[in-house]
Amino acid sequence: MILALLKKHWLSNVKGDVMAGIVVALALIPEAIAFSIIAGVDPMVGLYASFCISVIIAIAGGRPGMISGSTGAMALLMVTLVAEHGLEYLLAATILTGVLQVLAGVTKLARFMKFVPRSVMVGFVNALAILIFMSQLDHFENATWAMYALVAVTLAIIYLFPKVSKTVPSTLVAIIVVTGIVLITNAGVYSVGDMGALPNTLPVFALPDIPLTLETLMIILPYSLTLTMVGLLESLLTAAIVDDMTDTDSDKNRESTGQGVANMVTGCFGGMAGCAMIGQSVINVKSGGRGRLSSLVAGVVLMFFILVLGDLVVQIPVAALAGVMIMVSIGTFDWHSLATIHKVPRTDATVMLVTVGTVVVTHDLAIGVLAGVVLSAIFFVAKISHVRVKASLEDNGKTKRYRVSGPLFFAACESFQKSFGLVEDEVEKVIIDFSASQLWDDSAVAAIEKVMMKYKQRDIEVEVTGLNEHSSSLAKQMKLGDNPNMSAH
Amino acid sequence: MFKHVLLAADGSDHSLRATEKAIGLISTQDDSFMTVFYAVDTQTAKTDVLHHYDGDMLKEERKKRLAGVEEMLQKANVNYEIVERHGEPGPAIVQFANESEFDAVVVGSRGLNGFQEMVLGSVSHKVAKRVEAPVMIVK
Repeated sequence: MILALLKKHWLSNVKGDVMAGIVVALALIPEAIAFSIIAGVDPMVGLYASFCISVIIAIAGGRPGMISGSTGAMALLMVTLVAEHGLEYLLAATILTGVLQVLAGVTKLARFMKFVPRSVMVGFVNALAILIFMSQLDHFENATWAMYALVAVTLAIIYLFPKVSKTVPSTLVAIIVVTGIVLITNAGVYSVGDMGALPNTLPVFALPDIPLTLETLMIILPYSLTLTMVGLLESLLTAAIVDDMTDTDSDKNRESTGQGVANMVTGCFGGMAGCAMIGQSVINVKSGGRGRLSSLVAGVVLMFFILVLGDLVVQIPVAALAGVMIMVSIGTFDWHSLATIHKVPRTDATVMLVTVGTVVVTHDLAIGVLAGVVLSAIFFVAKISHVRVKASLEDNGKTKRYRVSGPLFFAACESFQKSFGLVEDEVEKVIIDFSASQLWDDSAVAAIEKVMMKYKQRDIEVEVTGLNEHSSSLAKQMKLGDNPNMSAH
Repeated sequence: MFKHVLLAADGSDHSLRATEKAIGLISTQDDSFMTVFYAVDTQTAKTDVLHHYDGDMLKEERKKRLAGVEEMLQKANVNYEIVERHGEPGPAIVQFANESEFDAVVVGSRGLNGFQEMVLGSVSHKVAKRVEAPVMIVK
């Protein structure tokens, strides 16, 4: 039984998984270094993270064939924490993020993904793309023409090399070629070595060196909360994409728990918090990776390359990495949403733009998502708060029947009350028919009461009818039933 | 007349033009059969998941994309099935077309200019070159 499972998840596609794993490892290296630079930590922190996370997620994850590691979305959230408190606090925040994600997995929080509207998700990825792009602009400050030229060469190779060969990642070819150009011409541009140390050592276990106080917790908790949210959001989105590409299903709760375990371990081994990566997962699936083995191979091969080639890695010019990040940014942006922005409902477009705008201003993806969700909720309430009230005369004009349709709740009360005119002087009886409506809260009952009062003051009989079971029990609870003229069918 | 025709379609205008020609090609006998092949490439998969997320909604949306093609086939009384596969359109069509025997393969052409063809690659060109059955490219 266990052997059969092992075979299915690990050994069913050995050749494809190993080949794809190697390709992914090569594509991961430049990104992991670049994300470290974004976060403001040594390149090793991002590389250790990508190693630990992809190895652990191979075992603990819920979506075989998906690749996780250090990511731009997570790196962008850490910038201020690193700048103000340093690496040790980042590692502690990473461990706490892991704990929170495990909790989210155990409590099956993944189902709440449904509550994040699609337009917010689109805003999220677009904002992420813009932030990654903006983070690269720093490298161009006071830069020489050489920097611009090298970035251009990098991008040209990245986009045109796939015409020559699709087996070798074009980002790696670009990095090697541009590093070669810099070494030969002595162009004098910044390299990875100038950005931080890159020791050729395996990560070692060490708990973060921080005071275990409430104050520490209050510093890292806000960061951990946003890291948890953004990490799970991107991981579950990536899992859904891999599900679709491979026509298989995956366990989203196990994936959440797995992401948590991976981050807890990463934090203990000197790595920064990470999550699943859409781009790398796509590379993996396209290269033939399907099983858990591909993620394991990616992590191990990445570490191997860093240990062996560490001295060469420090020579990589920052310009080449900036080129890779611009490519990541272009690939992340949902261009489809830009092309169809005039076609989608205006509220959806507004939610997307507000999400993007909030993130760009606050530099916080989590705040952007919250703003988007809240705005969507407001639009939703506004959309369904239109109750329609239709009047018709019965009984030779002596009775007027008002048919109410649509849910009646706090936001709909005003338009409900306004629907009852004051020209009822000639009728003797008014019937308010709720058979096509539903009362949702005490505001609804109060609104009905006010309308009834208005008629009673002018000696017009009022009958409330057609309340369904839930509505009439709510009405009774609110003592609307005390009125002798009221009958609920 | 052809009995078993493979029509590569994605619901775009040029694929509707291709559908029209494919209907003209296929024999009117009862045992004739059209296979409509829709390749979902990575970019489309990414966009679709981002905009729909939920698996069932996503399938529904992709089915809608081919509604125009289906309508034309139903009007013409053609027996058909729809096959959806993941992959880059060019290689995916070639692989599928050569897996089983078709009397003819019909694809639409996007009408790219020279530069676009160099960067994006021409699907119809790949299909014409590598599919073993006779290929009709509809402009």
